[in-house]
Amino acid sequence: MEANTRSTGRLPAAFLTPGSSSFMDFLGAHQPEMLPGNRQLPPVQGVVEAPHGTTIVAVTFPGGVVLAGDRRATMGNMIAQRDIEKVFPADEYSAVGIAGTAGLAVEMVKLFQLELEHFEKVEGAQLSLEGKANRLSTMIRSNLGMAMQGLAVVPLFAGYDVDRGRGRIFSYDVTGGRSEERNYATTGSGSVFARGAMKKLFRDDLTEEQATTLVVQALYDAADDDSATGGPDVARRIYPIITVITEDGFRRLGEDEAAELAGSVLQARLEQPDGPRAALL
Amino acid sequence: MADRAEYARKGIARGRSLVVLQYADGIVFVGENPSRALHKFSEIYDRIGFAAAGKYNEYENLRIGGVRYADLRGYTYDRDDVTARGLANVYAQTLGTIFSSQAEKPYEVELVVAEVGDSPEHDQIYRLPHDGSIVDEHGSVAVGGNAEQISGYLDQRHRDGMTLAEALKLAVQALSRDTNGSEREIPAERLEVAVLDRTRPQQRKFKRIVGAQLSRLLESGADAGDDVAKAPAVEETDTDSGSDEE
Repeated sequence: MEANTRSTGRLPAAFLTPGSSSFMDFLGAHQPEMLPGNRQLPPVQGVVEAPHGTTIVAVTFPGGVVLAGDRRATMGNMIAQRDIEKVFPADEYSAVGIAGTAGLAVEMVKLFQLELEHFEKVEGAQLSLEGKANRLSTMIRSNLGMAMQGLAVVPLFAGYDVDRGRGRIFSYDVTGGRSEERNYATTGSGSVFARGAMKKLFRDDLTEEQATTLVVQALYDAADDDSATGGPDVARRIYPIITVITEDGFRRLGEDEAAELAGSVLQARLEQPDGPRAALL
Repeated sequence: MADRAEYARKGIARGRSLVVLQYADGIVFVGENPSRALHKFSEIYDRIGFAAAGKYNEYENLRIGGVRYADLRGYTYDRDDVTARGLANVYAQTLGTIFSSQAEKPYEVELVVAEVGDSPEHDQIYRLPHDGSIVDEHGSVAVGGNAEQISGYLDQRHRDGMTLAEALKLAVQALSRDTNGSEREIPAERLEVAVLDRTRPQQRKFKRIVGAQLSRLLESGADAGDDVAKAPAVEETDTDSGSDEE
């Protein structure tokens, strides 16, 4: 059912019918079987084994937001992948980090990126940050059937709100419920430990560099206490993926930058294995 | 058939012309367009741009159809599998079927589909007239009301490896020539300019050039302009060369 295999080769009528600027709506009307939410999962006994992505963290700072993730994917007790990428740019001013079933999550991100790009091309303008966050909500909700079978996808969405001039973070639950987080947020199996670290380290006058250091500290603490979260792997040169979104748009830290940040955190942990101490009072 | 072709040609000729030129780092689209919101040029995909002259509602429909086609194809296969050639084919089939179907009125549009490559030799520009034919163009192309005259002017003066400012200046000179040979000034705010820039680090190479950036480019083109216009061998008999006016 590809577009150009019809008898005459012309664009099918659905392509030329004025309608929604949403790619998902178009797909739903034209080729509904391609929408992830429309797939029927065969009845299975027990839990489906598939690689799961783990910890994602985000923190705002004056001028933007940082979104980062570790590199491990697990399948039960096994490490399925050491260098998985779980943080993606959604468009120029936003990024999405995913925890949960890796295969479904990557597909969801691909469709989400396309949804934003398609809208932008058709309308000639970007969706508002809230609009983008709501689209992601819809996509998670359409995965609810899978989530009930243990194949959940729970992302974290972060972006720079061009209208308001600040970074914002949205977190989700498996049913598509969406809430805006103040200051910092975490998701995935190591999120509890990461959140504890961030709670103690966060302050509202962080610089961009401090914010990126903070996320590495939080991921380190998550890896410290959660077996499914990977710490910095110096031997293989695998470091967390760290992205920064500011007025200038999305930027992913290069491998050298990430290595340097992880290196300085590791160095400090040799002295103090539990990381920086917060004041008691 | 002749009536239908005449009808479509007349419709296209009512619109203003636009030009698409290759330059060293990509492909530039230039047209006169008083509207800020209703674009003649747009992004279809990572490396593919779209330009159209003629009836707005018809080419807008084709543009959105093209975006849907490209996005669906990229989603089904891979981003690399979306090509200007494929898209131009689909447009040609669409226009051709509509043109020869008695049940539908012919579309009054002429399209250009361009794809920027890794080097100028890999750039592709296709012109799609109203009847479903498809023309593989090189260097420069003009569509719209005064297209023949403008493309003649461009053919003589366009050369490979022009800078963006030079190409932009040439395009504006070509567009400001009226049918009767006289010239008029097109102010920067009435110009719509977009590029497919192969040097852009982003995956998406399409970019609109507006405001201060456009004025800067127009000015730097005017400075460099004299050498540009004199560089190619232009016969004096042609028409009075517009570049000397600067």
